[in-house]
Amino acid sequence: MNAPAINTAFASQAAFRALMEATAQPGEIRTASALGAPAPLSPATAALVQSLTDYETPVWLDDAFARVPAVAEWIRFQTGAPIVQEPRQAAFALIADVEAMPDVTQFALGSEEYPDRSTTVIAQIERFGGRAFQLGGPGIKTSRTFAAEPLPNDFVQRMAVNRELFPRGVDLVLVAGEMMAALPRSVRITEGF
Amino acid sequence: MTAPAYNFAYLDEQTKRMIRRAILKAIAIPGYQVPFASREMPMPYGWGTGGVQVTAAILGPNDVLKVIDQGSDDTTNAVSIRKFFVKTAGVKTTTTTTEATVIQTRHRIPETPLGDHQVLVYQVPIPEPLRFLEPRETETRRMHALSEYGLMHVKLYEDISRHGHIATAYAYPVKVDDRYVMDPSPIPKFDNPKMNDCPALQLFGAGREKRIYAIPPYTQVVSLDFEDHPFEPYRHDASCELCGATDSYLDEVITDDRGTRMFVCSDTDYCGTRRAMGHGTAAEDTEAAHDDR
Repeated sequence: MNAPAINTAFASQAAFRALMEATAQPGEIRTASALGAPAPLSPATAALVQSLTDYETPVWLDDAFARVPAVAEWIRFQTGAPIVQEPRQAAFALIADVEAMPDVTQFALGSEEYPDRSTTVIAQIERFGGRAFQLGGPGIKTSRTFAAEPLPNDFVQRMAVNRELFPRGVDLVLVAGEMMAALPRSVRITEGF
Repeated sequence: MTAPAYNFAYLDEQTKRMIRRAILKAIAIPGYQVPFASREMPMPYGWGTGGVQVTAAILGPNDVLKVIDQGSDDTTNAVSIRKFFVKTAGVKTTTTTTEATVIQTRHRIPETPLGDHQVLVYQVPIPEPLRFLEPRETETRRMHALSEYGLMHVKLYEDISRHGHIATAYAYPVKVDDRYVMDPSPIPKFDNPKMNDCPALQLFGAGREKRIYAIPPYTQVVSLDFEDHPFEPYRHDASCELCGATDSYLDEVITDDRGTRMFVCSDTDYCGTRRAMGHGTAAEDTEAAHDDR
């Protein structure tokens, strides 16, 4: 028998709960990890993919992920999620090269009536540190300092565009190794300390 | 038995993933009702099937669960849901508000302030605040899309013109983060101010109506009102006969067939804790203190 060494129900719950808490408190860092995913999938990205995707959730891969066939194979085998070519069709978009990530308007943004029909973008970065931002909005008592790099140069403008679309828009999850932080569409973000 | 009869927390993993995705969208769009594929649960609609599905989707083996019905830990609904999760998830349960990590509630918010490590899960019968004013889902959805909430103010105004004040006493509509008008579930309007800037994450599940919505921590929640008729929480002008509390929401209890009545805290944990600290009459060993296992 190929019984899994860990209880998949618990692993899946732990990764979801980490992201739920991260989304409820934008900028707070939580951890999750899954074993055995091929590079460049980081442990937290792999854990979120296993926890949240299945045959109902089309997944889009950026060029850096799509270049490695093992990534798509691992996702298909582990979750059964279809891999799509258009970011607009995706429930989840995985980004390995964050500086080359498409503009938010390239993804599914939902409609005014159904803003939930939008893409969740999971983007891998190097670390939570360096370039600093101020966050505000739901989930944040007054304001929260948040740091992450690398990110596109015009990151704040992109997030402002996303906020302008509210309640439409994408929800962004940043991942560094086993760590994750969420910037849901409700967040207000400015540059600086 | 060598194999567990249920998956952890009853629901299968695919169902949990679907509910979890809906919860994440709900948190990202505070107050917006996310449709989800609500499952049949081994209890009838109206018994908290929405709340149970949300709780089952978020619950982990280390959670401590508290379930209240109208503030009470020991009424049928609360006891049966608590037993359900003891049986299907084996989680630890408590009646003490401060010990719980997940609190499922029907129609009350605990008196004890919640912390940022806690999740409050509401059972919701009718999630659409505009439903009694506009029966068509296509129309209410359009109204939410356009933030067109004039009809709700007309309803509250009609209350004032008919009764002299806003007569809505429970399920009092709120506006979340200045965008969506939301039904807070049938909590008394006494509880409405507790939703504003609350450190805990608040999740709402409507099983029959197949909707999930959320208020993230520290989010602005405003009860709708008028400048000349400001929102006022209602409370019986009395103190609890058991613990003497003057700040808690009170239930009116009829004690005989000649109309004699008493007022007691609706929140049994709050009342019991106060009595244990020496307020009011001494606490007896209540049913709620017994372990369900």
